[in-house]
Amino acid sequence: MGSDDYSRVVLNIQWSCNSPTCVLCAFAVQIKMKLFRFFSPATFYPLAGRLTPWFAALAAATLLIGLYWGFFETPNRLGGTNPQKEYYRIIFIHVPAAWMSMWLYLVMAVYSAVGLVFNTRLSFMLARAAAPTGALFTFLALWTGALWGHPSWGTWWDWDPRLTSELILFFLYIGYLALHSAIDDPRRADRASALLAIVGLVMVPVIFWSVNCPDPNKCAALHQRSSMANMEPNILWSMLIMTFGLWMYSFVTIFMRVRNIILIREADTTWVKELVAREQ
Amino acid sequence: MKARHKRFVFVALAILGVGIAAALAISAMRSNLSYFFSPSQVAAGEAPTNALFRLGGLVVKDSLARQGDGLTLTFAVTDNAATLSVSYTGILPDLFGEGQGVVAKGRLGEDGVFYAEEVLAKHDESYMPPEVADSLRPVQAADGTETAAGR
Repeated sequence: MGSDDYSRVVLNIQWSCNSPTCVLCAFAVQIKMKLFRFFSPATFYPLAGRLTPWFAALAAATLLIGLYWGFFETPNRLGGTNPQKEYYRIIFIHVPAAWMSMWLYLVMAVYSAVGLVFNTRLSFMLARAAAPTGALFTFLALWTGALWGHPSWGTWWDWDPRLTSELILFFLYIGYLALHSAIDDPRRADRASALLAIVGLVMVPVIFWSVNCPDPNKCAALHQRSSMANMEPNILWSMLIMTFGLWMYSFVTIFMRVRNIILIREADTTWVKELVAREQ
Repeated sequence: MKARHKRFVFVALAILGVGIAAALAISAMRSNLSYFFSPSQVAAGEAPTNALFRLGGLVVKDSLARQGDGLTLTFAVTDNAATLSVSYTGILPDLFGEGQGVVAKGRLGEDGVFYAEEVLAKHDESYMPPEVADSLRPVQAADGTETAAGR
């Protein structure tokens, strides 16, 4: 932690806690010190570096298990009123990717909000690091959906409410990244794109509840309301394991990316200079 | 108010506004988003007469017939209140079947037949092997699976 960071922490404590005798205040100060230490880029850089291999191992293991389970241990035929053929197996990539696209947007927006309120640099950096992975999952969800939609529905694309709102989510990710890179001053770029991320948050509940019609035959959508109770346990479990694997993969890419961002932004600080000197 | 509290109020208000916008969008989508017209709405003259629109409903059982040219298919779409005949030339999607949900895009002809340019099928949300699905819904599954024709 640089001296600059430390003075900011002290300043923060003085602002929020004026009574030196208050026990609760002292406790809050303790928590705050820990939090701010954790939110310091200099502390987070090595921590993310240490955690990344563990997340990578977890991601590789769960993705392999999930794919094997999904492709070989699930029923070859589905039943029901209008059964899908083998192409139903896209569910093991499509649904986890779609969930992660919404989850990562939520993560990005929460980091943006925390950054705006508390002026913590690391939250902005994490939000910026989450965006490309979120955009990737949104793109994957759209593409796997198209590949599945052609044989089953009979079309690659349709302006169904869920498809449309997911496409808007993709544009929001791209817009966030474009806005961030369009502004040269990183602090201004952080704040402007954070606001866009918060405003774009409107799409996440819209996507989630875009299929919310009790009678599928009157539903104004091609997607239909689904329920985990309608799924065979093997299908459900391989889908959930794939979701976990993609989540762990997100940790890996976001931590690797945030480490790069930290190094670039903190290039002038002594700890980065020392680190670079050690590496050379 | 301290600067940080002001920023907090600002962000909280922004999120509140976003939440209200989302709630309005979702309620609008649930109540009046006319993605397709039902056969009843077409019968009542609510659908446009010389423009493309979508027709949604269930394919009537035993209504699917192939015409003399071997390519054109006709079937009837119902919402259990009104029924409309549909004519379509092309390949039907895999999940198309009698008794199943369908969304057709096309025009209403002078003869009262809906000439579809594109036919989309709706999928079933059940991810169960046949035995389990049959035991869960014996009545529907008994006749629903094997009647799918036209491919």
